[in-house]
Amino acid sequence: MPHILDDRLNQVSVAGAKERTIDCGKVSLAGSVSQRACVFCGSRVVLYPIVDALHLIHGPIGCAAYTWDIRGSLSSGSELYRLSFCTDLQEKDVIFGGETKLYQSLIELIDKHKPKAAFVYTTCIVGVIGDDVEQICRQVSIEKGIPVIPVQAPGFQGTKKDGYKVACESIFKLVGTKNRPTPAKSINILGDFNLAGELWILLEYYKKMGVHVNATITGDGRVDDICNAHNAALNVVQCSGSMSYLAQLMKDKYGIPSMRVSYFGIEDMSDALYDVARFFKDDSMMEKARMLVKEEFARLMPQLAWYKERLQGKKAAIYVGGAFKAISLVKALRLIGVQTVIVGSQTGTTEDYELIKNLCDEGTIIVDDSNPVELSHFVKEKQANIFIGGVKERPIAHKIGLGFCDHNHERKEPLAGYEGMINFAKEIYATAMSPVWRFTK
Amino acid sequence: MTETKSYVSTRNSCKLCAPLGASLVFKGIEGCVPLIHGSQGCATYIRRYMISHFKEPVDIASSNFSEETTVYGGSKNFITGIDNIIRQYKPKVIGIASTCLSETIGEDIPGHIRHYQESRADETEPLPIFIHTSTPSYCGSHADGFHNTVLSVVRTLAKYEKAGDHLTLFPGMVTPADIRYLKEIMEDFGLDCTIFPDYSETLDNVYTAEYQLIPTGGTSVKDIVAMGDSKAVLEFGSVFNKGYLKSRNTNVSQTAGEWLESTCLVRNHQMPLPIGIEATDRFMNALYEISGKIIPKKYQFERGRLVDAYVDAHKYVFGKKALLYGEEDLVVALADWLREIGIEPFWIKDADFETLREEAEKIQPDLLIGNSKGYYIARERKIPLVRLGFPIHDRFGATRIHQIGYRGTQELFDLVVNALIEYKQENSPIGYKYI
Repeated sequence: MPHILDDRLNQVSVAGAKERTIDCGKVSLAGSVSQRACVFCGSRVVLYPIVDALHLIHGPIGCAAYTWDIRGSLSSGSELYRLSFCTDLQEKDVIFGGETKLYQSLIELIDKHKPKAAFVYTTCIVGVIGDDVEQICRQVSIEKGIPVIPVQAPGFQGTKKDGYKVACESIFKLVGTKNRPTPAKSINILGDFNLAGELWILLEYYKKMGVHVNATITGDGRVDDICNAHNAALNVVQCSGSMSYLAQLMKDKYGIPSMRVSYFGIEDMSDALYDVARFFKDDSMMEKARMLVKEEFARLMPQLAWYKERLQGKKAAIYVGGAFKAISLVKALRLIGVQTVIVGSQTGTTEDYELIKNLCDEGTIIVDDSNPVELSHFVKEKQANIFIGGVKERPIAHKIGLGFCDHNHERKEPLAGYEGMINFAKEIYATAMSPVWRFTK
Repeated sequence: MTETKSYVSTRNSCKLCAPLGASLVFKGIEGCVPLIHGSQGCATYIRRYMISHFKEPVDIASSNFSEETTVYGGSKNFITGIDNIIRQYKPKVIGIASTCLSETIGEDIPGHIRHYQESRADETEPLPIFIHTSTPSYCGSHADGFHNTVLSVVRTLAKYEKAGDHLTLFPGMVTPADIRYLKEIMEDFGLDCTIFPDYSETLDNVYTAEYQLIPTGGTSVKDIVAMGDSKAVLEFGSVFNKGYLKSRNTNVSQTAGEWLESTCLVRNHQMPLPIGIEATDRFMNALYEISGKIIPKKYQFERGRLVDAYVDAHKYVFGKKALLYGEEDLVVALADWLREIGIEPFWIKDADFETLREEAEKIQPDLLIGNSKGYYIARERKIPLVRLGFPIHDRFGATRIHQIGYRGTQELFDLVVNALIEYKQENSPIGYKYI
């Protein structure tokens, strides 16, 4: 397999009960064009949707510039999170230290924007020059009376996934710092980032069921809600790759149980609602969930059948950030007649890949931390028609004449929930059926 | 021009980092794969920004520093990285850009290269050519990274052997469409010209049906080597890499054209980006001087139509105020052009977007000209934004924008005039269909 580097051979396999589960969680191989970013990126994408916090990047300009207003995470209130703040370290700061600049930046920005909390991200270079960021955060926190939380995320200290962990630790510092009356049947939603307003769709469902949503972490997130997150009865975790660790921390300290869900595709979406009702052992809640699902099914199924009839026989390749989402996508695609022939992710776990191995049709390629050389090879080999991925995968698909569906954090159409399933079907249909492909044959 | 910097922090940066500029230049060399010597994120972020602008695959490798690399040095990762790039991409050239991380821990990249070459001396396949550029993110911007890398490439490769008849042109950070237009101009003047960097194909490719690991196109190594023999050099820009980096190291404050002039004794014709009639006349006159050929009819007509358009639309634009931002060379050239048509240009040195937003309150501009990232200011002020520069992430066709020469000026002029007309139309209670 000349398209796969020797050191990566164990990170590629195929589906089937007898096949081995692939290696994962490794650092990316030097010289491979990994689709992953770094530790800093991992922490930044997770914390970014906390809308009423100040996010200050302590480092040179690139890290701040490339992560300015990057996600399609929407806010129902403060827009502060959409501003990109940076200490913009210069050569003299690198030599003499950036602590003064960091202190002054924090003070001036907190004075101007009056945030509920501030997150200070340390980047590669700060990890090397040894600024005492913790100390400055403590000092400013005392002076300004708000939490100022260091996010220790030098890019080289692991993978993007380690960045998720750093973000979870940072969030956890807020949890438990405030108490407010919280209804007994309340949940925290972990790992939905309110892309294109997806969280709002979910809130509507839970409201109909009579479930109180306490904190949303981090989509449309609020510092005060997070501070009170320990008073919820249950953590409902999507995007488990990024948020399982926070759930674990909250379980260990506050005894809050958690469950893993996915809001993509109608099966997983419905399970997410049923599981919550089951957790609260509440018949009326379960009844309301059933009603909701029934109504949505009645509305959706004829539409999905229409798409299925037309999309039958199409083949899809999936390469996304987290593997748990990929699992939902495989199921959602089946619902509209599309077979998945490649599944890959940047940050999947052994558990995820094991599930994928058993779920997918035999022969489906499974890959961890892939790159353009491999991906372009796989889609040719498997004759995929549609590629589902993020912005960096789009040109790979388009250059070889494949349809593309953006399922990454830049999407502008909600793809979660029942409404999202229809949007997903529409998008797959639009890309598979476009008349332009006759010119690429 | 006003100078303001009342904040210590940078709020919504207007600049990007130097390795991005380096990657852009490396993409303009035939058969080249860029390698960013630092953490994985640098390469990925830069790829993401470039892919969204160019709508093309942009493969950039990373040496992918870990904690261990940072403590003990990047030599091991460098070797593995180069081996893997060669295995997967079989490049003719590997362009290596440093980062803030590798610079700060004191990585000796030229040493790594030498070491690699020595250790692979027995290979039967010839090794790729290695080019190193120093681009720490804490020095300057992506534009500085761009110009420094042009210089690094030329300094590494160009040789003087015997004076030739060809030209060298360093167009600066222009669009792929601009580069194609420049080629057309050179052909029409009958000039044999090496344009560098040439990403007109690598970053604006045709539909290929195959995933080209290294897209076709780019300036060939052979042509870069021969730059030392050129008859003359043309270089577009006014600020180049002379902003931030001047104080750092006297060597790097030179431009590629100046280096060729001082080292290979080739006359360097330096001029601002040819935007506007006066600036383009200057460019055309230089070509006339070099080639001895009068300006081809085609360009005389382009110029004539442009003058005609200026006259027809002068009242729509006169007295308007435009706030500019982006790469310095582009801003300076645009400002001169705007004065040429009666629009008053404003820009703020070294400003971030929030400063720009605050200043806009005082300036009350009629339109903004710059990249996509200033959109929020235009939206807040309910004024038009004419998108130019890098990045353009919220409009289609960034690679096909002409911005230089008579043709480019014509397109820009139409854009600006129509933006102002549309503004008037949209904000009029009448609903004119005829303006």
